[in-house]
Amino acid sequence: MCLAAPGQVIAIEGDSAVVDYGGVRMFARLDALGEPVKIGDYLLVHAGFAIRRLAPDDGAETLRLFDELAVSVGESRASQSPTLESAPEGP
Amino acid sequence: MSRPFTFTDPQRARALADAILLLAPPEPVKIVHVCGTHEVVITQHGLRRFLPEQVEILEGPGCPVCVTSTRDIDLAVRLAQTGRTVCTFGDMTRVPGTRKTLEDAHAGGADVRTVLSASEAATIARRSDREVVFFAVGFETTAPMTAAILLDRPPPNLSVLVAHKRIPPAMVALLLLPGAGVSGYLAPGHVSTIIGLAPYEVLPREHGIPVVVGGFEPLDVLYAIALILRQRRDRSPIVENAYPRAVSEEGNQKAQAMVAEVFEPTDSSWRGIGTIPSSGLALREGFSLFDARERFGLEGEEGEEVALGCRCAQVLTARATPDDCPLFAGRCTPLTPVGPCMVGGEGACSIWFRYGGRPRL
Repeated sequence: MCLAAPGQVIAIEGDSAVVDYGGVRMFARLDALGEPVKIGDYLLVHAGFAIRRLAPDDGAETLRLFDELAVSVGESRASQSPTLESAPEGP
Repeated sequence: MSRPFTFTDPQRARALADAILLLAPPEPVKIVHVCGTHEVVITQHGLRRFLPEQVEILEGPGCPVCVTSTRDIDLAVRLAQTGRTVCTFGDMTRVPGTRKTLEDAHAGGADVRTVLSASEAATIARRSDREVVFFAVGFETTAPMTAAILLDRPPPNLSVLVAHKRIPPAMVALLLLPGAGVSGYLAPGHVSTIIGLAPYEVLPREHGIPVVVGGFEPLDVLYAIALILRQRRDRSPIVENAYPRAVSEEGNQKAQAMVAEVFEPTDSSWRGIGTIPSSGLALREGFSLFDARERFGLEGEEGEEVALGCRCAQVLTARATPDDCPLFAGRCTPLTPVGPCMVGGEGACSIWFRYGGRPRL
């Protein structure tokens, strides 16, 4: 129900944008977005309305967060060398 | 087309799964999410196999179609059967009310239309000389769209049967149910795109429950689970944002303003849980002209009806898994659903039926 898919803006017509989802093109209304949109932007669209503009760099930023967590958990384990069972007692 | 927001890379999945193993405590942990889309990602990608045995993740009241009260469905059926065009989202037409579904009404000659967007209902009304009722279901993600059509010169023959619900009050209510045993919440990403982080603050502050807002790529979900486990390990429950590319602290303020202009909070009845204070939305005075309940003098006098043996109420409150139910995959299947959890593409029973639920390893 709360499905929202990221797509790329390929045209803007008044208060709507034509958004491309890997070949499928749909109109998305822009009146619930509250920020300017230009061609090439990525939008998160829910039930025919854009709800958020995504910066293309945000994908790389997300991967950096994943990697940072995996490294920090791995390091905290290495520094204490606990067994798997005692890990929860850590800092 | 490049897909910059698809995260399924197996190496990173392995690294996150290792982090989960290291962060998991020895005692049982029950993480509850409240979004059908999360359940689809978890089940379709088999993410439960990455979790150690003592960590489980279950869907709570996360499917708006499933938690809509039979009373509201009965009202929609009655409107359809008395000559109004009723527009609603697809799954909603198949959920049983006390006696009938909207699909049954349609089969009996009523005009029931499936729409993908609230604005389609407005378009249908503009092209029709009949009364057109939009049966508006959905959480905070969807309510702004209903507000948008009412703020955009709605045609006079359009009205709205509002059944929108707000998820944070249900997350609090769930904690108070006997046997809930919630250790942490994976909060819904796109609801949070709209409402931001503040509405969840009450959960860690007053109930000591970790809350992590998660996205919908498989790696997003694993990452959010790891953060919930880390909060538990550190005994520092907070609201944490694991989906910053789509969720800001303050949320989508334009959408919030539209909802606030059109709706006010009201008590609302949830299938499986009961009435939760301030968990619904009602049209404000200035929009009562478009309220289907007022326009047609509707009152919901029918009660809740539960089919014998159906455990949807327990499934919706994360106190049973679909395969705990004696009807699951026997008498109750997506083609012959008994309870609402088997109807919606986002109901836990329907998802477990399609993708196999919890892997038995």
